[in-house]
Amino acid sequence: MRSLVQPRFHSALMGLVAGLMLCGCSQHEATEGERTPPGPAPASSTGISGIMQHSRPRVALVMKSLANEFFKTMQDGAEAHQKLHSSDYDLVANGIENETDVARQIALVEGMVAQHVDAIVLAPADSKALVPACAKALDAGIIVINIDNKLDSSALAEKRIQIPFVGPDNRKGARLAGAFLAKRLKPGDEVAILEGVPNAFNGIQRKLGFEDAAQAGHLRVVAAETGKWETREANRVAGSLIPQHPELKGFLCANDSMALGVVAALREANKVGVQVVGFDNIQAVQQLIRDGKILCTVDQHGDQIAVNGILAALAILGKKAIPADKETPVDLITAQTLK
Amino acid sequence: MKDLRALAVEYAGLIVALAALVGIFSFSAPHFLSGETFATISNQVPSAVIAAAGMTFVLGVAEIDLSVGSVLGFASAVLGTLMARQLLGLAGSLAACLATGAVCGALSATIITRWRIPSFIVTLGMLEVARGCAHLVTGSQTQYVGSAVGALADTRLLGLSLPFLLAILVVVSGQTMLSRMAFGRHLLAVGANPEAARLSGVDPGRVKRIVFVLSGLLAAVGGAIDTSRFQAADPNAGMGFELEVIAAVVIGGTSLMGGRASVIGSFLGVLIIAVLGAGLAALGVRDETKRLVTGCVIVGAVILDQYRRR
Repeated sequence: MRSLVQPRFHSALMGLVAGLMLCGCSQHEATEGERTPPGPAPASSTGISGIMQHSRPRVALVMKSLANEFFKTMQDGAEAHQKLHSSDYDLVANGIENETDVARQIALVEGMVAQHVDAIVLAPADSKALVPACAKALDAGIIVINIDNKLDSSALAEKRIQIPFVGPDNRKGARLAGAFLAKRLKPGDEVAILEGVPNAFNGIQRKLGFEDAAQAGHLRVVAAETGKWETREANRVAGSLIPQHPELKGFLCANDSMALGVVAALREANKVGVQVVGFDNIQAVQQLIRDGKILCTVDQHGDQIAVNGILAALAILGKKAIPADKETPVDLITAQTLK
Repeated sequence: MKDLRALAVEYAGLIVALAALVGIFSFSAPHFLSGETFATISNQVPSAVIAAAGMTFVLGVAEIDLSVGSVLGFASAVLGTLMARQLLGLAGSLAACLATGAVCGALSATIITRWRIPSFIVTLGMLEVARGCAHLVTGSQTQYVGSAVGALADTRLLGLSLPFLLAILVVVSGQTMLSRMAFGRHLLAVGANPEAARLSGVDPGRVKRIVFVLSGLLAAVGGAIDTSRFQAADPNAGMGFELEVIAAVVIGGTSLMGGRASVIGSFLGVLIIAVLGAGLAALGVRDETKRLVTGCVIVGAVILDQYRRR
């Protein structure tokens, strides 16, 4: 019985895979075949969208992992904005399941090019690997706006393209939080940094910002390890660092989920007087900030990041603006500001 | 006493490996050999130990459960959300959390046995489904509960945390079931040769269903423990946890082919991975080195175990 059913299942699976591959190929051919030269000709006058004749511009939002609360907030903000301004533009929002699934995100961008959207607002999962896909989109006459995670400038230069970055300065945000911690500590005090995943641009920027602040406040960074953006992993790492560095006075965490793990590690080690700093201002840490268990976090207004990108794209489409970088605000959140 | 000695001989390889790791890290990281480090490890391992016990049974029947990490996340999300929104009290929320795990396990088991689809595929599907549910339940937002749920992990008896004692209880009863009880013998018989087990009057489908329900339930217990420790439920909790658990179980000498399983071995496997993680973090080695070393230790431990068995 078993041997009868299994091959059938297997062949069905193979059929499915083959089907998916065919779809992938035809989509890819469409991208290649219908590539239009860069220029003012609106991309929506060709192909599928030509038949459907969209009067409103179609903006594609290509996000990182929607499993991450931060990106979910970003997308929710964009969708809310589109509902309010539904006569101005249409929104096609897509995200990847896994923050590190770069290949899937490239496929999403290529898919959007094939569909001849008017603009792509992209939060790249990788600051280099997405550059070729963006170049293809520009070739097809599509406006590309980079949000959240800045594309690598040397990779852009190598492709001879320019893509405006609209977003917050993560390094500046981390510097604000680090400086707030430094004010509470004495020069020479020991602190540890919990980094994001090692290849994430915003994680690197936040670490640099923390280091800037530590240097300015004469704090000693005795450890910098990755908590991979996660509560559990951060808890494990902090749990090992606490006995190792008995003089530790502060943890600078590159996001709030990791700060939650650190707070648990401190409680489990019965350690008091160690300050914890987070980043992102997720709802879960607000009570902890009020209770004094977390010193501060940074709000970069995630719900507005994608909206700002969309507005920038619409301005360029409406010829009301030329493509240029635009910095969006970052704010320090403390027990004071939450009151 | 005789039993203890027999145990020490049986698990000599793993105990030596564990001692060697502790030795290496004590030598190279100044504050590693301290009560604090071991207290930290004892706080961190319970959810993995408990889920590993479930995985031991699953591998014992020659199946696999890739969904334990997501089920842990889903169960944790149910507990965290019910409590954060004050929909149910601690007892009610805990019951819902455990039921979530058991239902996930039962669902996988039914599909695996009813349609005879490989557990690899079904639990891979469950991995996605349960993660999706965790996000649905929490609205993709970390749920902060606070000390209302913290009591579970903060309770201490004889200087040990409640989760750690629970983990020990699961290991002891799990091992007793495997090596002393009829169900344990049936389980291993199904894993070794389902046809022979069926001919001798054991219903392999029933055994597998029980094993998957146990695996889901134990993953949910792990979820409850983690939620209590962090006083919050993160919808991404337990990502990649299944691989950590499977690695620990295999290090512990349980065969992926079924028929040979040991919960005590799995416990030691979890400890080896935890000591390795704690030691590498204490040394402050780079992430890439950590992953490289962890991978090598997993494979090395299994190779060592093969030699010892010859």
